[in-house]
This record gives sequence, C-alpha cells and structure tokens, in this order.
Amino acid sequence: MSEFLAMGGYGFYVWGAYGVTALAVVVELIALRARRRAALQASTEAVR
Amino acid sequence: MNLYRYSSPASFYPLAGRMIPWFAWSAAILAAIGLYIGLSMAPTDFQQGEAYRIIFIHVPSAWMSMFLYLVMAFWGALALGFNTRLSAMIGQAIAPTGALMTFIALWTGALWGRPTWGTYWAWDARMTSELILLFLYFGVIALRNAIDDDRRADRACGVLALVGAVNVPIIYFSVQWWNTLHQGSSVSMVAAPKMAAIMLAGMLVMALAVWFYSIAVTLVRVRCIILERERGAAWTGQMTEPGKT
Repeated sequence: MSEFLAMGGYGFYVWGAYGVTALAVVVELIALRARRRAALQASTEAVR
Repeated sequence: MNLYRYSSPASFYPLAGRMIPWFAWSAAILAAIGLYIGLSMAPTDFQQGEAYRIIFIHVPSAWMSMFLYLVMAFWGALALGFNTRLSAMIGQAIAPTGALMTFIALWTGALWGRPTWGTYWAWDARMTSELILLFLYFGVIALRNAIDDDRRADRACGVLALVGAVNVPIIYFSVQWWNTLHQGSSVSMVAAPKMAAIMLAGMLVMALAVWFYSIAVTLVRVRCIILERERGAAWTGQMTEPGKT
C-alpha cells in the first residue's frame, strides 16, 4: 500500500494531479447543487 | 417525434432531467474502471516510471477542454443564427465545465512536466495557447455576468465564443507548427498508437468518463439556467413542485 502511495518516488506529482482534479470536480458538484437549490427555491417562490 | 419540440426550454427541462442519471452513472462507472486500469493494471513506464500515470487525467481533460469550446461555439453560432434561447443557454452552461477541464489539463500538465522535463511551466506554443483557452472561458463567463439583459449577453457571448474558436486548432496543431517542449500526439486517427494497449485502453475509458461527466454536469447546469431565466413563467413553478424531476 505504501509502495502504491509512493508511486516510485513520484507520489507528490501523481497524487498532486489526481488529488486536485478530484477536489476540482467535487467543488463543481457542490457549487452546482447549491445553484440548483437556489434556482428551485426562487422559482417556487415566484409562483406563490 | 418532433425534435424541434425540444428546442423550447419548457419541454427540454424534463427531457434533460430524465437523461442526467444515465450520463452521471455512466461517468461514475467508467471513471472507476478507468482509474482501476490506469492506477492498477497498467504497468510502470520504462522511461518515466510511475509519473506517466498523470496521462489518464491529463489527456482526457485536455481533449475535453478543446472539444467543449467548439461545442460552446457551435451553440453560440446557433443562438446567433436562429435567435434560439435554449442554444444560448446550453452554451452558457458549458463555459464553467470547459474552464474546469482547461484548469485540470494545465495543472496536471505542470505536475507532469516537472519530473519529466524539469519544469512546471514553459511559454511554449502548446501551453501558452491552452492558457489562452482558459482566459477565453473566463472571458465568456465574465462577459455574461457583465451584461444584465440575457438576450444581449447571449449575442455577445456567442460572438466571443465563435471568435475564440480559432484558438482551438492552434492548440491542437501547435506541436506540429512550432518547436514545442510539449511532445506531439501519441494517439492519432490515422496511425497506430505509440503506447501500450492497456495504457491506451485506460486513457480512452477515462476520456469517455470525462465526456459523460461533462454532459451530465452541463445538463444539470442548463436546468438551473432555465429556471433562473424563465423565472415567473407559469411552467417553472409546476415543474419544481415536490416529486417532479
């Protein structure tokens, strides 16, 4: 396992790439969920 | 079935809602398979060691960053030509994901460049034109936010997207046109790939995952934009009642 994480000495570069990519995707998904909630709320309020 | 029916936001909204789970789940499953191939099945590269494993996110995101720009420009052109609201909304929905893909391509490229070339960044044609792509996406988003009238913003963003599209072939062919630190393409439509089959398989599966992710996220964002822009139209209230998808 630690061998896998070490990536033959390139762990910083490989996991830096994969980690930031995962983080960016998660941030996009969270931002999108917030936008959807706000849009849904605003549109139901607009009808009332 | 009349496909033109779906050019109306009111009928596209539920259609997009039905498509999202398929694309989202396909993306998740393909990403799991692609990561397994890339991180576990694919062997160590004889020259680059394990550092090459960045390829499984770098190449798919770089392809997608260019492709999404062309798709955004395509919808922008349709919106300009036919004055259709939904086309402009789709273009608007693509921009943030395009910027995200461009950022990922640049970031993973920097982290790959350091161990293999000895530098995070060089002002060579490939990297510089990809950075310009990021600024073009930012430009489209900023232009949209700067104009209050949606229809005027649609036209302005459509024009900017179209004009900026000339940058995409420049990125793509930069490695042939100029002497770049960045290598030429390893995969081509006309020649045998210059990489092992299992590595290519992992990369292509990841590319498909990125495709489906982008489609799913764009559809979710189009639905948000429809709700935001059609607010007050009677149908949006009905669509968003509890229990409706």
